[in-house]
Amino acid sequence: MPMTMNRVSVPVTVNEEACIADKGCTVCVESCPLDLLAIDLVKKKAFMQYDECWYCLPCEKDCPTQAIRVDIPYLLR
Amino acid sequence: MSDLIAEVDVLVIGGGTAGPMAAVKAKEKNPALKVMLLEKANVKRSGAISMGMDGLNNAVIPGHATPEQYVKEITVANDGIVNQKTVMAYAQESFNMINQLDRWGVKFEKDETGDYAVKKVHHIGTYVLPMPEGHHMKKVLYRQLKKARVEITNRYMATRLLLDANGAIAGAMVLDTREGSFGVIRAKSVILCTGAAGRLGLPSSGYLFGTYENPTNAGDGYALAYHAGAELSGIECYQINPLIKDYNGPSCAYVTGPFGGYTANSKGERFIECDYWSGQMMMEFYKELEGGNGPVFLKMDHLAEETIGTIEHILHSNERPSRGRFHEGRKLDYRQGMVEMHISEIGLCSGHSASGVWVDEHAATTVPGLYAAGDLACVPHNYMLGAFVYGQFAGQSAAEYAMSHELPAVDAAQVEAERTRVLAPLSVVDGLPPAQVEYKLRRFVNDYLQPPKVTKKMEIGLDRFAEIGADLASMSAANPHELMRAMEVHFIRDCAEMAARASLYRTESRWGLYHYRVEHPEKDDADWFCHAQLKKNEAGEMTCFKRPIEPYIVELDDEEKDAYNRLRVVKQAEAA
Ligand SMILES: Cc1cc2nc3c(=O)[nH]c(=O)nc-3n(C[C@H](O)[C@H](O)[C@H](O)COP(=O)(O)OP(=O)(O)OC[C@H]3O[C@@H](n4cnc5c(N)ncnc54)[C@H](O)[C@@H]3O)c2cc1C
Ligand code: SF4
Ligand code: SF4
Repeated sequence: MPMTMNRVSVPVTVNEEACIADKGCTVCVESCPLDLLAIDLVKKKAFMQYDECWYCLPCEKDCPTQAIRVDIPYLLR
Repeated sequence: MSDLIAEVDVLVIGGGTAGPMAAVKAKEKNPALKVMLLEKANVKRSGAISMGMDGLNNAVIPGHATPEQYVKEITVANDGIVNQKTVMAYAQESFNMINQLDRWGVKFEKDETGDYAVKKVHHIGTYVLPMPEGHHMKKVLYRQLKKARVEITNRYMATRLLLDANGAIAGAMVLDTREGSFGVIRAKSVILCTGAAGRLGLPSSGYLFGTYENPTNAGDGYALAYHAGAELSGIECYQINPLIKDYNGPSCAYVTGPFGGYTANSKGERFIECDYWSGQMMMEFYKELEGGNGPVFLKMDHLAEETIGTIEHILHSNERPSRGRFHEGRKLDYRQGMVEMHISEIGLCSGHSASGVWVDEHAATTVPGLYAAGDLACVPHNYMLGAFVYGQFAGQSAAEYAMSHELPAVDAAQVEAERTRVLAPLSVVDGLPPAQVEYKLRRFVNDYLQPPKVTKKMEIGLDRFAEIGADLASMSAANPHELMRAMEVHFIRDCAEMAARASLYRTESRWGLYHYRVEHPEKDDADWFCHAQLKKNEAGEMTCFKRPIEPYIVELDDEEKDAYNRLRVVKQAEAA
C-alpha cells in the first residue's frame, strides 16, 4: 500500500552542547516510560525518535546535565 | 525449547505501583523463591507514579475513620455494587501499609504532634492524606526491590498468558520491545499488575498519548486475563475523570479542596457538594458542562497568596509536574483566573471506578495460579494505596501457590500460535501503520461508547471494532518499537469490545455518568443489583453473565444509601 511521511513537531528538545551521550550517557533513554528517546549514532547525541509523549518529565529530571527540555505537545499547548 | 527465556516460581507482570510491592512481598514470604518482575518500561520510572504522587486518596487511619465507615463510603460511592469483603480486606490493611511506607521513607504530611494530617474530601468520611513531598515514590520502591533480591526484567512486554492442560497458569509469552524478539517465561504463578486500560478513548486534543493514565497502560492486563479465561467485572462502569482541559491531567480538587479550592461553574458558583470523583459527581459535572452554566472550572482565585503558593508547589513538582508549564503557556495564574476543566476520555480502571479483573480478598482471579492487583483488579475506588495493599495480598498468595505446585508443562501449540501472532507485523510489507489503526479505533470508541450510552450506537461500534479486528493482520511494524505499539492495538481493540458488550448487557443506568443508558435511564435494583461479569466461553466467544452480590458485611441505612445521589448543591430558595 502506498505510504508517505508526515512531519510533526516533537515536544522534547535536547541541548546538544550539554548532552554527554558521546561519553556513554543513556539515562534519558532508560527513563522514558514510553521508550521515545534514542541516541543518534552519527551525532552521538540524544533525540526524540517518536512523538508519543506523556509530558511526564522523568527524562528531564534524570538528565545529569540538564540537557533536556520537555514542552507540552503542540496539540495540547 | 528455543523461545525459553526464564523459569521462575512467581512472575509479576508490570512494575509500576502494585507490581513492585507484590514482588517484594512474594520474596518476603519465601526468600528461596525465584521471583521475576517483568516491566514494559523501566521499573525506576514506570507506571502511574513515575513522578510520584501528591496524596493518598483513601487512607483509613484510626482516629479519622474506621474500616467499617470506609466500606460504607465505597459501597455508596459505587452505587451498591461491591463485594464488601474485598473492600474490607483493603481497609483493614490500609493503616499498616501506610506505616510500612512511612518506615520505607515515603513522606506523608504530618501535624505538629507527628500524626498523619488527614483531610476531608469524600462525601461522608475523612480519607485524604497529602504527600506534598511524594515525588520519590519510585526510588523508595526500587530500594526495596534491590533489598529483596527481586529479578528485574525491563523493556519486556507480556502479550499472552500461558496455560496448562487444565487451564491453570503455566507462565507468560513476552516480546522484547527493544529487540523485537519473542520469548516464553515459565512460572508456577503469575501476578498481573499492568494498570488501567488508559488508551481506550481518544483525548479530545486528538493526541493519542495525551491520556489521563500513563499511556504505557493500554489495557494489556485486561486482555491478558480475558484470553486466559478469567472473569472480568464491572467493565461497563467506565473511568471518566474531571480534568484540566487540553492538558488532560488532574488539577486536582483533592489537593486544592482541603485548602478551600472548589469546582465551580462559569459564574464561579459551587454546584456540587463534594469533589470526590464518582459517577454521580461526574453526572453533575457533565450536566453543568453541557448546560447553560458551563464550562466548568476549578476555582482558587479567592485563596490567600500563601495558600496558592503551597498549592503551586504541590501541583507543579509532583505527580504531573508539567501542569505548571501548561498554565504558563496559557498565561493562567491561579491567583487571577480559574482553571478550565473538561471530561476525560473513557477508560477502564478499578483504581478510580470499578472496571477490572474479578478478584477475591486474596487477590486471586478465577484462573488457578493467576492473581491481580492495582488498577486492573476489580476492587472499587482502590487508588494507589489499594494497589499497594492488593499487591501485598497478591505477592503472598502467589508465593503460597508456587510453593505447593510444580512448574507446569508448556503447550507447544500455544507458543507457536503466539509467536506467529506477535511477529507477524514484522513481515508485512507496507502494511497499515499501528498508529493509524489505533487512531481510528479510539475515535470509534469516542463516537460509539462514550456516555450517554445509546444502544444502536454501541451496536454499530461493535461492527466497527470487528472491522478493525480484520485490519489487525494488515498492520506492519518497521521496528521493534512499532511492534510493541501494534501489539497494544490488539489489546485496545479487545478492551473496546469488552466495554461495548458489558455496557449493552446491563440494561439499566447506574454509577451516574459512568453507565448512563439513554433507553434505560433508571436504576433497576430488581434486575440489576448484581455484578455483571464478562469472560471468554468454551467456544471462544465473549459472554456476559450475572454474579450475585455477596451479603453485605456492613449494613447501610437508607440515608447513607442515598448520600451520593444528593451531590448537587441545593440553593436555599429552591430548597424551601
Ligand atoms: C495522573 C494520575 C494521578 C493520580 N493521583 C492519585 C492520587 O493523588 N492518589 C492516589 O491514591 N491515587 C492516584 N492515582 C491512582 C494511582 O496512581 C493508581 O491507582 C495506582 O498507581 C495504580 O497502580 P498499578 O500498579 O495498578 O498501575 P501502574 O503504576 O500504572 O503500573 C502498571 C505497570 O505495568 C506496566 N505494563 C503495562 N502493560 C505491560 C505489559 N504488557 N507487560 C509488562 N509490563 C506492562 C506499565 O509499564 C506500568 O509500569 C492517580 C493516577 C494517575 C494516572
Ligand atoms: S540523559 Fe541528558 S546527557 Fe544523558 S543522553 Fe540524555 S540528554 Fe544526553
Ligand atoms: S516527558 Fe515522559 S514520555 Fe515524554 S520523552 Fe520525557 S520521559 Fe518520555
